Amino acid sequence: MPSFSSTFAEAFALLWLFDQRVAEIVILSLQVSGGAVVLGTLIGLPLGACLSIGRFPGKSALTVLMNGLMGLPSVVVGVVVYLLLSRSGPFGGFGLLYTPTAMVIAQTLLVIPLMAAIARQVVEDAWQRYAEELRVMRFSWWQSVTTLLYDCRHSLMVAVLAGLGRAMSEVGAVMIVGGNIDRVTRVMTTAIALETSKGDLPLAIALGIVLVAVILLLNAVAFAMRAWAMRRYG
Amino acid sequence: MFPIRVQDLRFRPNGRAVLDGVDLELGDEGITLVLGPNGAGKSVLLRMLCGLIQPTGGRITFGGHEGAAPRSGVMMVFQHPMMIRASVADNVALSLKPLGVPRAERRARAMAVLERVGLANRAADSARQLSGGEQQRLALARAWLTRPRLLLLDEPTASLDPSATAEVERIVREIRTDGTRIVMTTHNLGQATRLGDDVVFMSAGKVREHAPLQRFFSRPASEEARLFIQGELPWRMNF
Repeated sequence: MPSFSSTFAEAFALLWLFDQRVAEIVILSLQVSGGAVVLGTLIGLPLGACLSIGRFPGKSALTVLMNGLMGLPSVVVGVVVYLLLSRSGPFGGFGLLYTPTAMVIAQTLLVIPLMAAIARQVVEDAWQRYAEELRVMRFSWWQSVTTLLYDCRHSLMVAVLAGLGRAMSEVGAVMIVGGNIDRVTRVMTTAIALETSKGDLPLAIALGIVLVAVILLLNAVAFAMRAWAMRRYG
Repeated sequence: MFPIRVQDLRFRPNGRAVLDGVDLELGDEGITLVLGPNGAGKSVLLRMLCGLIQPTGGRITFGGHEGAAPRSGVMMVFQHPMMIRASVADNVALSLKPLGVPRAERRARAMAVLERVGLANRAADSARQLSGGEQQRLALARAWLTRPRLLLLDEPTASLDPSATAEVERIVREIRTDGTRIVMTTHNLGQATRLGDDVVFMSAGKVREHAPLQRFFSRPASEEARLFIQGELPWRMNF
């Protein structure tokens, strides 16, 4: 069993030498999670805004459901997407199972409730301040949604980051629908789990360092952008 | 749209009479000042005129037609106007968005109206960085841009300094000259005498008096109105 320090030393050596395996896994991870966050943003943020300003029967129940789904276990999503995409499932004909596309679909389903719930809260606060004036100007329901999303764009960065964090750190869903196939569907989290079980701890640690670094870097960029925007737009 | 007739208008949320049988008639020109103590129902009346609040009794007719305020032609400016996180020009152009005006034309028309309210040089600045007076001028420009037939102003100069107030008053006069009917609430009796053509005096959810400006201040019909004016006179005489 290698020592703690030697494991980290080997992990940093892998990163320093820009190991090809590590690079491929990192790039695929960013593509899958990035794709899921883009889709989650396009669906989750408008969904949250619609929930905050819409008046319809069952709104409260839907809000509770959305909040509850924030904690949706990723393995459950993985199994559901697996059933949908497997050969006997309704979308089996597309042949998407064990592809990065299936992983994007699973992660998108995971991040939508989280992003929608945060967006609902952010937009609702703005709606309470602006509702009368938007109604006086005869804004349609959809125009109100887009205007509020635009106004809250800097605060909604939190929702996007939360979605990205969830997507990049989850392992259950992508393991089930991706299959953790080397050089096809292996991402950082599934690779870390696999390499740890095989005893190849340096690679697992190297991937872990990259994962944490990417998340920290994106948060730092988002923080700087938000600070700039607050100074610029108030 | 005109005349606007308000008949026996009532609003009783949770059993409390906010408006208690308001009767009023507004012609098609001039500036009407709605005066009265806090809680008289002035702001609620304005919100009902533009359809933001539905009355629990009574009716409002616009040009003889009963129902909600016409879909276009009525605008309202609030005491604390909305400023989205965008430039001054974009905030002004916002009011043209629901009218389906193309983006380029919205921008051009916004610049033209900003010129008239003296904010053209701030067009690219963030609206939220404007002073209170400038924000109120922006809100007036936003409303003016749609060339409303009726403009409702809910204490637009509350908490503004005298020079900002004077600038807002200048713009209100210009909008009126442009042919817009204006109904405005204020606690500033000096402002009422500078701007108003007629005065609606309200208290406890009722219209106590509707009179031409000069007559209201020289010979108020009700004791309440007389006391209200007297309470403000020392402040007014300081100027």
